[in-house]
Amino acid sequence: MTHAIEVEGLIKHFGATQAVNGIDLQVPAGTVYGVLGPNGAGKTTTVRMLATLLPPDGGRARVLGHDIVTEADALRSRISLTGQFASIDEDLSGWENLLLLSRLLGFGRKGAKARAQELLQAFDLEEASHKQVKYYSGGMRRRLDIAASLVVTPDLIFLDEPTTGLDPRSRNQVWDIVRALVNDGTSVLLTTQYLEEADQLADRIAVIDHGKVIAEGTSKELKASVGSGVMHIHLADPAQREAAQQQLAQALSVPVHIEADPSALSVQFTDTTAATYALAELPRAGIALSHYSMGQPSLDEVFLALTGHPAEPETTQNEQEVQA
Amino acid sequence: MNQEGTSTTLHSAISRRARPPRASMLTCATAFGWRALLKIKYVPEQMFDVLVTPIMFTVMFTYLFGGALAGSTSDYLQFLLPGILAQTMIFTSLYTGVTLNTDIGKGVYDRFKSMPIWRPSPIVGAMLGDVLRYTIASTIVVLVGLLLGYRPETGIVGVILAFVLLNIFGFGLSWVFTTLGLILRTPGAVMTVSWIFLMPITFASNIYVDPATMPSVLQTIVAFNPVTHLVTALRGIMDGGLTPGQLALCLVTPITLTVIFGPLTMLLYRRKR
Ligand SMILES: Nc1ncnc2c1ncn2[C@@H]1O[C@H](COP(=O)(O)OP(=O)(O)OP(=O)(O)O)[C@@H](O)[C@H]1O
Ligand SMILES: [Mg+2]
Repeated sequence: MTHAIEVEGLIKHFGATQAVNGIDLQVPAGTVYGVLGPNGAGKTTTVRMLATLLPPDGGRARVLGHDIVTEADALRSRISLTGQFASIDEDLSGWENLLLLSRLLGFGRKGAKARAQELLQAFDLEEASHKQVKYYSGGMRRRLDIAASLVVTPDLIFLDEPTTGLDPRSRNQVWDIVRALVNDGTSVLLTTQYLEEADQLADRIAVIDHGKVIAEGTSKELKASVGSGVMHIHLADPAQREAAQQQLAQALSVPVHIEADPSALSVQFTDTTAATYALAELPRAGIALSHYSMGQPSLDEVFLALTGHPAEPETTQNEQEVQA
Repeated sequence: MNQEGTSTTLHSAISRRARPPRASMLTCATAFGWRALLKIKYVPEQMFDVLVTPIMFTVMFTYLFGGALAGSTSDYLQFLLPGILAQTMIFTSLYTGVTLNTDIGKGVYDRFKSMPIWRPSPIVGAMLGDVLRYTIASTIVVLVGLLLGYRPETGIVGVILAFVLLNIFGFGLSWVFTTLGLILRTPGAVMTVSWIFLMPITFASNIYVDPATMPSVLQTIVAFNPVTHLVTALRGIMDGGLTPGQLALCLVTPITLTVIFGPLTMLLYRRKR
């Protein structure tokens, strides 16, 4: 199998901060690769190094076969980057942004105009094409940002948190674009804080925390490594939660987690039959259930199991919308 | 984008095609020059300084000092105007650094840096935008001068050649400000430091008064000041009688500044963030 990205022991520090602390990655060509991690994990720093914007302090990386340090120039003509923070010119209109980039990428005057027009149409931005980007909505801005990365179709595109702060509809549009891209043979490396996003889009996922890869694999493999299943239980009476917790912990000899909802519990297990019996024992002990669900653990739970802390500690989606 | 129609346009828009040949250095620089012009189009207020300051200085100095310094205001205006052109260009040039400092922190520079383009082109392009600023400001100075009674001995040709020289000098000087713009953290700091540097070189020159009337220490300083060489050459062009020596002396500064601060700017630019 050919690799779009091969990274070995990549290191970057800013003063005393070890932003990237020895990352190894193997990204297969022609796939979507997800880099998942909480705020400050080192996602942006990694992407900026791979996109030749930041020289690494240690380690090696080849992207599309080019060394990111010694062959940066050759590499630049084959990749595109959509940064975490709008990498478009806010003061210019969408049309002017795309025209500028088309000219810079070698289109002639006429060709540049045609290309800008084509992209505005394809990304559903025609109506706002002559407005300054600073008046765009978050979703329009993101679409323009991605369109700007596709003026010349790259062999590999980096998308740094492409959906942070977007509403579900805009997020779905971005997902459709990513799927269309990989369909057309472009390799995609995307970073995200949203476990669902990695689950939905990525063929393989690297979970990073504190500048290190702490787990790697397909979404299925990651889930399997943590336990085969998870059970969410909602009790009719919150007062009985402690009793239920004790009983389940004893029956399954695994930790039972208390959820934010005062009537909810969750437990990860490996033996499905045992778990089913333990659940059935609860009503017999006089603990009434409101509802429950059983299934594979979510990536949230995977993250908790791998790192011992939740994946999204500081920011909620709402807060990010305000920032964006 | 979920509808059939849009999705087809999307697929065809992102399908792989032969990429156009790499853009030339000139194309890159002019594309960024166009970007600078667009910024002026969207924020025309930024031209206010460029327009008002030169008018103010020309009128103020002519009537305030004219009588005292040269005997008559019309004689003084004839002497002063080429100097005011130089002063206007110098004060305008510091905006190059301030603008770059504001601009470079934005995410769009990440994109420019990750693109296969001539690396200095974002900065060189911004300087091309400055040419328009200098030219507008200089034109206003000359127009105000004409209204007040200034008459260039060498006519329109002299004025145009003076503008060319101003732009060459401004281009060289801009590299100092791009360097400052990349070193300092905030646009305010760039402004302050630039003024500290610009004030003495503007006033310890032959712009306002004939150095012959100055104390000898000051005369020496003025004689070495590159601004003096510029103003001498401008007077030579506009009043006639420019010597090749004066022109050469005037060009030494922009060439030296470009050779030193051009590469320094590029080094800092590459290292930034
Ligand atoms: N230019 C810089 N100077 C100093 N420290 C930096 C710089 N860039 C990043 N860091 C630090 O490096 C660490 C990793 O940052 P990075 O931006 O790569 O994280 P991230 O995973 O992208 O986070 P987020 O999800 O918030 O975008 C953080 O502690 C951050 O504060
Ligand atoms: Mg980031």
